[in-house]
Amino acid sequence: MILNKLLPVAVVTFAVLPGLALAQEADVTPPNSEIGYILTTFMFIVTGVLVFWMAAGFTMLEAGLVRSKNVTMQLTKNIALFSLAAIFYYLIGYNLMYPGDGWMIPNVLGAISPTTLEPVGLAGVEPDLTYASVGSDFFFQLMFCGATASIVSGTLAERIKLWPFLIFVIILTGLIYPIQASWKWGGGFLDQAGFLDFAGSTVVHSVGGWAALMGALILGPRLGKYKGGRTVPMLGSNLPLAALGTFILWMGWFGFNGGSQLYMDTAANVADISRILANTNTAAAGGAIAAMLLTQFIYKKTDLTMVLNGALAGLVSITAEPLTPSLGAATLIGMVGGVIVVFAVPMLDKLKIDDVVGAIPVHLLAGIWGTLAVPLTNSDASFGTQIYSITIVGVFVSAVSAAVWLVLKATMGIRVGEEEEIKGLDVSELGMEAYPEFHTS
Amino acid sequence: MKLIIAAIKPFKLEEVREALTSAGVRGMMVTEIKGFGSQSGHTEIYRGAEYAVNFVPKVKLELVVPDPMAEQVVELIQSTARTDKIGDGKIFVLDVNQAVRVRTGETGDDAL
Repeated sequence: MILNKLLPVAVVTFAVLPGLALAQEADVTPPNSEIGYILTTFMFIVTGVLVFWMAAGFTMLEAGLVRSKNVTMQLTKNIALFSLAAIFYYLIGYNLMYPGDGWMIPNVLGAISPTTLEPVGLAGVEPDLTYASVGSDFFFQLMFCGATASIVSGTLAERIKLWPFLIFVIILTGLIYPIQASWKWGGGFLDQAGFLDFAGSTVVHSVGGWAALMGALILGPRLGKYKGGRTVPMLGSNLPLAALGTFILWMGWFGFNGGSQLYMDTAANVADISRILANTNTAAAGGAIAAMLLTQFIYKKTDLTMVLNGALAGLVSITAEPLTPSLGAATLIGMVGGVIVVFAVPMLDKLKIDDVVGAIPVHLLAGIWGTLAVPLTNSDASFGTQIYSITIVGVFVSAVSAAVWLVLKATMGIRVGEEEEIKGLDVSELGMEAYPEFHTS
Repeated sequence: MKLIIAAIKPFKLEEVREALTSAGVRGMMVTEIKGFGSQSGHTEIYRGAEYAVNFVPKVKLELVVPDPMAEQVVELIQSTARTDKIGDGKIFVLDVNQAVRVRTGETGDDAL
């Protein structure tokens, strides 16, 4: 035991001070053939942690944009949905998404089995030294699955019951997300058709968006949101939290897109990762500035909530192809995302689709835009295949999500009662207020 | 004794307090209120949707002063709280029958 605890310290010491290593000690420098494996695995661990942190970003953004009477519920849903995603991605999702040669229906439906990791110390196995450890790959991919579910909770906030929502999350993270993701990232039929989606404008963001849209249509708007053809604004309770959440998401996105390079074993790959981070950052900035200028121009005042959504839309837009654009092109791609948000938020309200945090414009519409923008800078992509893949994923996710929402609605009900909604879900469903010392009407 | 009730713009409160204490006023009550007068409300925009703010935040001062001081106090509040823009507020003056200091039982002007 003690020896095991000291070993890493010794390794670090030798790595940092190679000149001081005593000659008679064993050489602990990893063989050249393992260096790529070590660096890529390490990259997945670090970027995976960054993507994990996006769960905090979604949580804070949503906590800030709902009314104070529903904040505890939003926090509860977010930690529950991430935890469920972690368990169900382990139990079925990962192998459904990455079946290798084990497809049940070739290139369409992956394998059903729980995830297993390498044995401790890689005892008795020859790892694939051209890639990374299974543990790091699973850890990294799991975080994307969690992000997909986070998208749904914001749209449906303030009126959906806790447990039916969580049942939907299980189906989304265990089945819907991994199945469609296998078509692209698992090497399935969309990948073979030449579909390009680097880090998931379609595979992650539009999937969360479609599921949220179906939920919003079936659940209906919040009470009093649309009165006689007018939209009644329901102001977010805490804009500092919403801004913090946006910055956390922005930071997490460096892991989301950077890690999706999938390799850090050569100088070229490391250079690409840095290029991706720079492009990701500038696209977010472009989205924020576009939303800022546009709200100032249209409404004569800058709307912070739209600027926050604009930054996120910029991030979603660049996610399908963060590598090939120049900094200028990445900025413009992000700016279009910001423009989409400013026009789409009031448009959804006109259609009486109540999306509390703007997840549908940000993740679905900017996700579609980002996927369509890939051929602009990457000649390996074609508009036809991109549109085909967006449509296939959209139809599949919408149909299955709608079916699940309808079954939940018919069996256990998905919406809280009128009185519960007016009192707020914090008091009526949880009996716990987020801000118990403030009482407003 | 007169009760002076004034609804003023919140950011003017500190200036008015300074002016009144310099003039010898020894106490006042302050409440944060909302209301509307000839300014009525205004509209704001949140995420592309307009909404009316019908009640505007104001600060309400209530102070009781001896009769001879009342005119000067009203004049001070009016001149200090004034911005020449709509929504500067209103001042009301009422007669007060009696005042009692709780600690000593003093009454009338002595209680102020």
